[in-house]
Amino acid sequence: MTTERVNGADMADPAPRRSLFRALLEGRTRREVAAEGTPEAPVVVSGPKWGDRVGLAAVLLVGLLILQEVIRNPNFKWHVVFDYLFEPTVLRGLGLTIWLTVAAMAIGIALAVILAVMRMAPQLWLRLPAVTYLWFFRGTPLLVQLIFWYNLAFLFPEITIRIPFGPVLYSGSANDLITPYTAALLGLALNEGAYMAEIVRSGIMSVDKGQQEAARALGMTNSRILWRIVLPQAVRIIIPPTGNQTIGMLKMTALVSVIAMYDLLYAVQTISSRTFDTIPMLIVACLWYLLLTSVMTFLQGRLEKRFEPKGEGARP
Amino acid sequence: MSVPMVEATRVSKSFGTVEVLKGIDLTVARGEVMCLIGPSGSGKSTFLRCINHLEKLNAGLIKVDGELVGYSRSGNTLRELPSREIAARRAQIGMVFQRFNLFSHMTALENVAEAPVGVLKRPKAEVRDEAEALLRRVGLGDRLHAYPHQLSGGQQQRVAIARALAMKPKLMLFDEPTSALDPELVGEVLEVVRQLAGQGMTMILVTHEMSFAEEVADKVVFMDGGRVVEAARPEILFRSPRHARTREFLTRVL
Repeated sequence: MTTERVNGADMADPAPRRSLFRALLEGRTRREVAAEGTPEAPVVVSGPKWGDRVGLAAVLLVGLLILQEVIRNPNFKWHVVFDYLFEPTVLRGLGLTIWLTVAAMAIGIALAVILAVMRMAPQLWLRLPAVTYLWFFRGTPLLVQLIFWYNLAFLFPEITIRIPFGPVLYSGSANDLITPYTAALLGLALNEGAYMAEIVRSGIMSVDKGQQEAARALGMTNSRILWRIVLPQAVRIIIPPTGNQTIGMLKMTALVSVIAMYDLLYAVQTISSRTFDTIPMLIVACLWYLLLTSVMTFLQGRLEKRFEPKGEGARP
Repeated sequence: MSVPMVEATRVSKSFGTVEVLKGIDLTVARGEVMCLIGPSGSGKSTFLRCINHLEKLNAGLIKVDGELVGYSRSGNTLRELPSREIAARRAQIGMVFQRFNLFSHMTALENVAEAPVGVLKRPKAEVRDEAEALLRRVGLGDRLHAYPHQLSGGQQQRVAIARALAMKPKLMLFDEPTSALDPELVGEVLEVVRQLAGQGMTMILVTHEMSFAEEVADKVVFMDGGRVVEAARPEILFRSPRHARTREFLTRVL
């Protein structure tokens, strides 16, 4: 029984972190356990070292001191933070932040699949636009791109879509077409498409070429091979970095506040410009960002599990 | 006499500046089993892959069942067909690879049913029943829902054969089907091929299994340096080869 508890702290344990922490708190010293061995059958000890206990205690202590300082410092105005945490305008901004994240990622991923396939095509006329696109959108700051889209009306006051030498399909002021909302969504999605394209491409390249050859030999067309054979297997490689991209996107949406989009950051700034509680209001925003990224990290872990190679471990 | 199943005329193929096929002439009749043997680098796998247009030709003609697989002809020039048409013609030719190449995200049953449903647009339920029957035929009736990595090499290769047969091909190509297998698993795969030969399937096999080639083939072709050195009935080619190079190769491998 006692050896079991000490072994729980072994670093080779499947869940070493949790058990190490427990063992540090309740585990026994090496000397105590060694006393239970006999001269003929000494007991192997793999308990926590004294250094580990001291280290953990020091880290906890410093953490508590910082926490105490933050809580007790009146300048943080925690009462303001909690007053505004569920303020309707803040929640409205939060809603737009979530929506922009989801929509920009969805459009970005769709765009990325198209770009990745074009980039890997044997035809130059397909590769060239894709490479140019990646070069431009990865080569300029997102902030600049957002401002650019926002000011598109300045470059093209009138936007007309027509069939060449044919009827006009749409005509109107660019200010009507490119609202701050479309500028924000367009800017985030087009930029994301460029980054996701490289992730999708690496996923596609990871799929065994032999399987694609077998699919061709079975008479499958290129698009069917892509959808049925390549992408389902590439997903496994694509998911972990996509999780990171989504978390990054959540925070990048804060940039749209510069083009007067009512997102989470803009909402708290609107309030603090009136009340001058800048720091407490930023804490409000950060608490929401932290909550959302925590949820996303959790979901990402679940998703990765689901896409692990099927039936693994069931090897006969 | 009816149209041969495969008719190759002066087939040439280069990779860059390396000429791997230097004018191959071969004919495979309906129901015939042909084995291609020869040292590695002799071009036998490349020739096999040219038959279903996995490799492009530089010159020459390959007709399968009287039809060019990857090209349309006008006079003395060949033009590659649109990829959709090539795909449709490939669907009638089964191929089995050295490394099995099963779709690793699909079960054995899904591997077999994928192309008949997706390419031939046949009803799912019907294809499923057929796929099950095919897997039982290759001795895998109890492994229908296993994923490729849960199967041994021999089992994977038998699924691959069932997958090719599910398309009801008029011709089967085998590219060294037992070369990647542990020795004790070779027999189970050869047994399936042997059954197929017995049922009158037209087959071309690239193989290093000389005794199997001798047993199952109607015709054995010895290739070396991108050329057909000698083609004959197995008892003639293995017992009394006419060419010195064939004899030399056979003494090294037998």
